[in-house]
Amino acid sequence: MNPDFLHEIRICPALDPAVRDDFPMTGILSHGRPFAYLNNAATTLKPTCVLNAMDRYYREYGSPIHRGADRIAHKATTAFESVRQTLARFLGTPHPEAVVITGGATMGLNLVCLSYGELVVGEGDEVVVTPNEHHANYVPWQQLCKRKNAKLILAPLDANGCLTPDALESVMTERTRIVACSHITNVMGAAMDLKALAAVAHRHGAVIVVDGAQGVVHERPEVVSWDIDFYAFSGHKLYGPTGVGVLYGRPELLEKMPPVVMGGEMIDLVDVYDTTFREPPWRFEAGTLPVAEVIGLGAAIDYVLELGYCGMQKKVLGLTERAVRGLLALENVHVYNPENAFSGVVSFNIRGVHPHDASSVYDREGIALRAGHHCSQPTMRWLGVGATLRASFAIYNDESEVDRLIEASKKAGDFLDVLF
Amino acid sequence: MYSSDLYRQIIMDHYQNPRNHRLSEDPDYHTVRLKNPSCGDDITVQVRLCEGRVADCRQNGTGCSICCSSASMMSELLQEKSAEEALELIACFRKMVTGEPCDQDMLEEAQSLAGVSKLPPRVNCATLAWQAAERGILQAEAADGTADVPAGELADGIEEAK
Repeated sequence: MNPDFLHEIRICPALDPAVRDDFPMTGILSHGRPFAYLNNAATTLKPTCVLNAMDRYYREYGSPIHRGADRIAHKATTAFESVRQTLARFLGTPHPEAVVITGGATMGLNLVCLSYGELVVGEGDEVVVTPNEHHANYVPWQQLCKRKNAKLILAPLDANGCLTPDALESVMTERTRIVACSHITNVMGAAMDLKALAAVAHRHGAVIVVDGAQGVVHERPEVVSWDIDFYAFSGHKLYGPTGVGVLYGRPELLEKMPPVVMGGEMIDLVDVYDTTFREPPWRFEAGTLPVAEVIGLGAAIDYVLELGYCGMQKKVLGLTERAVRGLLALENVHVYNPENAFSGVVSFNIRGVHPHDASSVYDREGIALRAGHHCSQPTMRWLGVGATLRASFAIYNDESEVDRLIEASKKAGDFLDVLF
Repeated sequence: MYSSDLYRQIIMDHYQNPRNHRLSEDPDYHTVRLKNPSCGDDITVQVRLCEGRVADCRQNGTGCSICCSSASMMSELLQEKSAEEALELIACFRKMVTGEPCDQDMLEEAQSLAGVSKLPPRVNCATLAWQAAERGILQAEAADGTADVPAGELADGIEEAK
């Protein structure tokens, strides 16, 4: 991570610690202890404003969108479409029609693969991925390449798990059609310079598909100024609801893409033996979407923009650096990504202890973290381990929770205690 | 009754020195490999039945202490039991780790894992090998024609645990 960028974060005004009170679940107990939720890279807790926005929809105007002529249905449709406007502003595009509502990052990435990928990847073509992708940005491309007899190319990563522009350049050929990578990876927490990577991809005539599930939480994506072709993210990691996400697509690419899922609201004219489809983004939004969740996502975006990314980055960076420092000081701990504190992710293991055994020790202390392969077996292979522990921090966490993580790590060797 | 210290020793001993740990190439063994996709536990169990008894039970795999020690204890417990007894032991173990009443003494060393009932997220770790053995025994019985289940419905292979 660029030191100037980190410096800017450090001098930014701190978030009000009362932000913790915006999240009702920070007040619960687990095993009789205050719940320390350190599994934020899996999903985040939800602020009251998001819960209220969803509740209001169901209680006050829970009508169909685009499917009712009455005043209340119009209110629902307007609320839904205004979220699309919010999302477009958030992503830095003047085109709301470039914002497709999806079921989450996984659905968005699969849509790009099954529609755009099927269209442009042929026999002998190449798709570049990295060995640190989440399965959602790896398996679809791997299977596409199998179907098309195309080549899946793994770009090399640096020691911190970062894909540098030079490393990408080294695997690009005239057959490269797609570069698929993360904004921030979910195990190593490596942050990519997407603008530079997009420039490399475009120089070789390829498009760049970005898994923004982790990245959108820690850096506001600027899809137009970075020149990104596709950017997918989920609502639930960004303090929004589950079951909803966003795919940004460059308008001229979306225009060319056929629909993958067919049904209501995505059609233009259904004749007996043929159908014409609506323009994007509606072409890709068949069936009734999760309206309450979309409205909740809109509230989450408003919430993070109100807090401001700089303050959020400062908070998460501070907590993560504290955790890395504390864990590195323990002889029984191995930290895999000490240089990536910006991402809020610390991947580590207790020496000689299976992460699943260790996870029960943390659980007993009221601490939630992740143990396993984190939906990225390729990353585990790259690290040469079967599984890791992963602590990940969010804006509502505090230093006492980090310190509890460190204390519990000292005791993780006594993992059989939890049985007795 | 044993003390918790003894139970700890038993679990660690099986974890560090797993029993019946070499898989057999003998085609008479019925092999079932099960994985716990969320955490990466991956256990292969082999069962050979002879005249309705477990003539041998082997296991190999990777996973946490609960998963691996459980597999090892089971591989000792099931030796020489009739298929019926073995299935009963498997059912008993499953009850023990989910907190249902059962005759724990019959599980011998495996009763050291009774505390898993306090850790619902770890129940699958403890039962993975037992589930594999159960399938292996049912397959073996089906292949011998001693059970009603057609062999084709219990084909060998890699499967994910429920």
